[in-house]
Amino acid sequence: MKNEGEAAKRPDNTAFTQQRLPAWQPILSAGIVIPSFLLIGLAFIGIGIGLFLTSQTIQVWEMDYTGFEKDSPCFRCTILSNQNCTCEVTFSLSTLFSVKSSYFPSDCSPYAYDSEKNPIVPCGAIANSIFNDTFELYQIINGTKKQVPLDGKGISWWTDYNIKYRNPSSVNSSFAKSFDGTVKPINWPKPAYELDLTDPNNNGFLNQDFLVWMRRAALPQFRKLYRRITDGDYAAGLPAGNYSLKVHYNYPVLSFDGRKKVVFSNVSWMGGKNDFLGIAYLVVGSLCVVMSVVMLVVYAKFKFSDDDDDA
Amino acid sequence: MTWTNPLTLLRHGWTRHWNPDRPVRTVVSNLPFEDLKKREQPNRRYEDNAIKTNKYRLWSFIPMNLFEQFHRMANIYFVGLAILNFVPVVNAFQPEVALIPICVILALTAVKDGWEDFRRYQTDQQLNNTPCFIFSRKQMCFMERRWKDVRVGDFVRVLSNEIIPADILLLHTSDPDGVCHMETANLDGETSLKQRKVVPGFSGEPLQPQTFDSSVVCENPNNNLNLFKGYVERPDKRRTGFGIDSLLLRGCTVRNTDDAAGIVVYAGHETKSMLNNSGPRYKRSKIERKMNTDVLFCVVLLFFMCLIGALGHAIWLETFTSKPSYIVPESNGNYTPSVLAGFYMFFTMIILLQVMIPVSLYVSIELVKMWQIFFITQDVELYDEELDSRVQCRALNITEDLGQIQYVFSDKTGTLTENKMVFRRCSIIGTEYCHEENGVVGEFVSPYFLKQETVVVPDRKLMLEVDRQMASIQTGPYLDFFLALAICNTVLVSSVTAQRQRVRANADLRGGETLADPFSTDENESDGFHSSDVSDATGQKGISSERKVKSSPSGSEEVCYEAHSPDEAALIHAAKAYGFSMVERTPHYVTVKLPNEALLKFEVLDILTFDSTRRRMSIIVRHPHTKEITMYTKGADSAVMERLGNVFSDMTQVDSEEKQIAVKTQKDLDMYARNGLRTLCFAKKVDVLEQEFRAWSAVRQEALSAMDEKEERLMETANFIESNFTLLGATGIEDRLQESVPETIQALRRAGMQIWVLTGDKPETAINIAYSCKLLEHEDLVFTFSTNRKVLQSRQQLIFIATETDHQFRGYNSAFTGPLMEPSIGLVIDGLTLSMAMSDELVEQFVELCKHCRAVLCCRVTPLQKSAVVKLIQQKLRVMTLAVGDGANDVNMIQAADVGIGVSGQEGMQAVMASDFAITRFKHLQRLLLVHGHWCYSRLANMVIYFFYKNVAYVNLLFWYQFFCGFSATAMIDYWLMIFFNLFFTSAPPIMFGIMDKEVSDSTLLSLPELYKRGQHSEGYRRSTFWIAILDAFYQSLVCFFIPYWTYNGSDIGIFAFGTPMNTVSLLKRLLSKTLTILPVLVYFIMTLAYSAICISCNPPSDPYWIMHKQMADPMFYLVCILTTVVALLPRIVLCCLELMHEQNLMKHLFVARIPSDNHRASEKPFSDSTVSYKNNILLSICTILHIHCIFT
Repeated sequence: MKNEGEAAKRPDNTAFTQQRLPAWQPILSAGIVIPSFLLIGLAFIGIGIGLFLTSQTIQVWEMDYTGFEKDSPCFRCTILSNQNCTCEVTFSLSTLFSVKSSYFPSDCSPYAYDSEKNPIVPCGAIANSIFNDTFELYQIINGTKKQVPLDGKGISWWTDYNIKYRNPSSVNSSFAKSFDGTVKPINWPKPAYELDLTDPNNNGFLNQDFLVWMRRAALPQFRKLYRRITDGDYAAGLPAGNYSLKVHYNYPVLSFDGRKKVVFSNVSWMGGKNDFLGIAYLVVGSLCVVMSVVMLVVYAKFKFSDDDDDA
Repeated sequence: MTWTNPLTLLRHGWTRHWNPDRPVRTVVSNLPFEDLKKREQPNRRYEDNAIKTNKYRLWSFIPMNLFEQFHRMANIYFVGLAILNFVPVVNAFQPEVALIPICVILALTAVKDGWEDFRRYQTDQQLNNTPCFIFSRKQMCFMERRWKDVRVGDFVRVLSNEIIPADILLLHTSDPDGVCHMETANLDGETSLKQRKVVPGFSGEPLQPQTFDSSVVCENPNNNLNLFKGYVERPDKRRTGFGIDSLLLRGCTVRNTDDAAGIVVYAGHETKSMLNNSGPRYKRSKIERKMNTDVLFCVVLLFFMCLIGALGHAIWLETFTSKPSYIVPESNGNYTPSVLAGFYMFFTMIILLQVMIPVSLYVSIELVKMWQIFFITQDVELYDEELDSRVQCRALNITEDLGQIQYVFSDKTGTLTENKMVFRRCSIIGTEYCHEENGVVGEFVSPYFLKQETVVVPDRKLMLEVDRQMASIQTGPYLDFFLALAICNTVLVSSVTAQRQRVRANADLRGGETLADPFSTDENESDGFHSSDVSDATGQKGISSERKVKSSPSGSEEVCYEAHSPDEAALIHAAKAYGFSMVERTPHYVTVKLPNEALLKFEVLDILTFDSTRRRMSIIVRHPHTKEITMYTKGADSAVMERLGNVFSDMTQVDSEEKQIAVKTQKDLDMYARNGLRTLCFAKKVDVLEQEFRAWSAVRQEALSAMDEKEERLMETANFIESNFTLLGATGIEDRLQESVPETIQALRRAGMQIWVLTGDKPETAINIAYSCKLLEHEDLVFTFSTNRKVLQSRQQLIFIATETDHQFRGYNSAFTGPLMEPSIGLVIDGLTLSMAMSDELVEQFVELCKHCRAVLCCRVTPLQKSAVVKLIQQKLRVMTLAVGDGANDVNMIQAADVGIGVSGQEGMQAVMASDFAITRFKHLQRLLLVHGHWCYSRLANMVIYFFYKNVAYVNLLFWYQFFCGFSATAMIDYWLMIFFNLFFTSAPPIMFGIMDKEVSDSTLLSLPELYKRGQHSEGYRRSTFWIAILDAFYQSLVCFFIPYWTYNGSDIGIFAFGTPMNTVSLLKRLLSKTLTILPVLVYFIMTLAYSAICISCNPPSDPYWIMHKQMADPMFYLVCILTTVVALLPRIVLCCLELMHEQNLMKHLFVARIPSDNHRASEKPFSDSTVSYKNNILLSICTILHIHCIFT
């Protein structure tokens, strides 16, 4: 009766077509869930303790200088410990820079051309609004000010410096010439090719401060790295003592309720000081442990009543 | 008819509008006008025979399809979004990109729709181009043309076994009595042959189309298959009336008649069969309907979010006394007013948050359904080896409806049964012979091979008995019994070549035609010759030559019986098995071959045909040797038993013996009925005296020719002679149920489905089948509603009955509401009563009554009634319906139901063509619904919920960020990354789940049909599930946003660096919670790393360049990700675990009561390993099912 053609339409009997592929589903049985909750809880508590302790070792000194008069004499500070640490000086702004890309559109408008149709270099609103306060730090030793050298090298991302940004090649061995026909951004006091006249590697688009600034901040309260203290006598960290900070106040924030801060902080593997994560880990870890206990109780209750019924 | 197709109404209205004063159509022959232009044709206003069921034309496809697609809300939304992207003030990012999704969606859908429509077009074309014969005046003969060429007024000839191309008024047949047999299986599913008569006055005379000068007046097209009237008006105003019995219907097949010819009165869409076909309709799945409302919810949600954004932005702008440098003025140096900026921001927000409306959901659903269909068709369990066919999925978009069926409407013949009558038992003069071998279900054979199917294996004991009687006395009850079996019927004998095979018939025709041509030209001038005779003769030639070819392999004396009903076929084959074969039947003689090869040629004196009041038929014959007049009768047991002579009158020895026989036979009959067999009684009447018969015959003739009260008088005469029977015996015939039908019905019942059987068959048979397939149980309370034609009166009664029953039922119900005494009520209702019950004043009560019935059986219903019932239940009870049937009479029902299933392989392909799914056996329904339906439903439900969830969770991340960026519609995730992410990492996994996910194994689903109820009650996807998912999404998005926020606040985090952990967590938590799948995570990291390495300045000014690398080098990133993931999933997992424990506990109790019987007793240990694992398995699966909303992500 049967020939080969007759079963031609028979479906293939494979695990795939017959939907018999092995599958693993998380089996939520009490025996697995309760111990794993406990384990996760304990692990989290461990991590939390680690994070918290690390965070505690980070020393932060910050100062809100919004509204201080320009070039006003600074203050006395006696907070730095003797610890050897690489300190970072960062400035912190409380204002929105994360606004919609439409304010920073890719064609830079309206900061692409000035009124005479000259191209603005660097263009765009972010570049235009660059932070231009400068800080000078002095240690006061016996009444005399000793300047603390602030190291501005390598504060930007390596990739930004080496790959993403390029300076135009010099025209007639003059770097400034290559910017001919362009104008500086409206808010800038000086053009891009004069950002750092002392170091040609830190000038133009490769200026470290410029690169740092061009990384858009995500949140309204943000910090950006200004300098590191790594050089000379202070390579091992700022010793305890009195310091004076000289701020060249250029950047207006008061008009939009912004705040400016300067922050001295040492860093660890977890970045700046942040207690939140450690505490969060501790809380969640404890919660997990509690949950495992609750579940154990519930499970035991059911189990118990079950045994009752079985008996 | 309580229900009419709106299209038909429209068409009717149209015609009426056309011929306001002509409620009838007048058809004249086209032949005199053959060469005239179309507008001068008398019949030009009537539709031609070409049919078109496709929706689109080539030129109008794109606009029409687009128009149709824009009925989908979502599509409009997408187009609106795409347009919005091009509005400059909205500041969209690369507006062209926004066009891609909508274009892809529209194109995919258009291709699918186009393909489906093309298939319809193809079948139309196939039908339209079927060859047929139309008379041509030029050639003066019937020429081969196509169906689409047939017009009203044409003369068309149909040969044996051909399908009739249009509704034709029969004017000529090859039969000397002017009779033509037609099989209407394609229309109403009845396999019995219907007799059609030539219009009175035309019989006998040869058909001469070219001289046909009468006009045919008949009613306008309507869909009533059983009513047609009109008259033929001769030129001399002589009128001859005709009725439905002169109309050959389109789609039917001519049988047993070499050729028939007539004039076309209705063609194409106006034919009765087409009017009975309510066209295809777009079926939209339940989930999809519900989903659309949820999409609307999302739109509302989106609206509010955008509103908040807009307001927020305006207020934020207002807070500034002087604008900071990062707020960019317009080119003219002015700042946009805050309010206007806020207004613009609203639209910008829509674009930013557009993902809220699941763009990819519709495409994903289509995709998943395609895969689901693939898996269904690939299921080897649904493969039929005999027919070599798989389950076919013809509708592509309602797979998940299979998992939500609440009402099943089934055809009976051919769907529940094999539509093969098998002679099972007989009882002769009180002795019961069970033909056990026949009870064994043989291998399945196509019903078209009647010979094989009806082979009866003779009972050995009975055979001996017959042989003994044959040898000894030549007469005896045994011989009489089989003679009655052999001749008391209306079976026609035909040769093997008249088999129902169209291909061969076509071959004959071609031969006939070529021969006919020279003939016709020869005789053309000589006289008013008509070609039908000629081609008739040549047709015969063709057949005879064919016969020679065919007979050589298959043996010579093969005869073929054309029975009006399969029962008769079964009986005559049974007689043949015992050696009594009818070899010839003419109107006046019946020839029977006896076991000893002797031929007995009975003279047929009269045949009293079967009718439903007498419920018996008789044949009066004269024995060739003894010249005795004998009457053989068969009929329903009560109809014969009550007319037995002598049994209850005299009290002699003989009588008591006869009485005993009668009692014994009755006992056997009861037993047959209990076993679901169709019973028939056989009796004979011997002592009919010649004179007596003559006298009766005269009365009979008079009655036949009577004009008034003909029916009554005929009945009277029949009743007069049908008395004083001698009981011969009884037979039990089985309309064999398909395998596993009772099991399937039980399983579907357990799954919570209500099962109705709708059949065109008579109530007795239907009830028998209902019992044997366990639709009705013997202890059930069965109501039978039937009525005769006195409509008004019965309607009153019915109202009374219905209300009474309802009351009664309520009483009954309240009396036994305990779990043990579940009332099981069966309702049997016939077509006429049904149409009354469905009339306006009764319908509510009827539906109410039906709701309480465990089983409803509708008998003698028309195709349209079937669909009307389905629609009624659908509308009144708002339930998901499934219709399953195999014949063309089920087409309407199949199309009306939410899910239409065609059973293929039995009665042509019409049902299959109209169906959404085509299976080969009824039992496949079980797997199709319980396993595939369940899977498809839960997969799709989970997927849809998941889509909403993931989109809301993701969009909310963006939304929370707006509070920290001045509601300026900034995204902290790179735009391209967002697109990728949505496309590959969050759409692909749910699609995979939608295709592959298996919550419960098929064996569990089959063994616990109750699990199906989850789908019926839409537990997988209901409003609460949706909102739980949305709430959870909100919670998770809060966690996902604020843990990174608090961690990074005040740090030097860059905008995209801030988004990276959120993105990662979004992926992690989704994947983690469903299945631990490493692959997508790996792919995600690799792709993001690659992207952020390549994308140096693709999204200036703050490109995502090198961000991922930096992040991944930072331990904080991992710490944040881990913490966020755990916190986000914590409530879900905890709740789930608690509930799971609770459920496990509940289920344990449930299952200790339910399952154990097999496993426990087999191995006395109460918890053997297998039991435990089985139990756990089920526990788990049930818990998964019940609490899917916990685990679904």
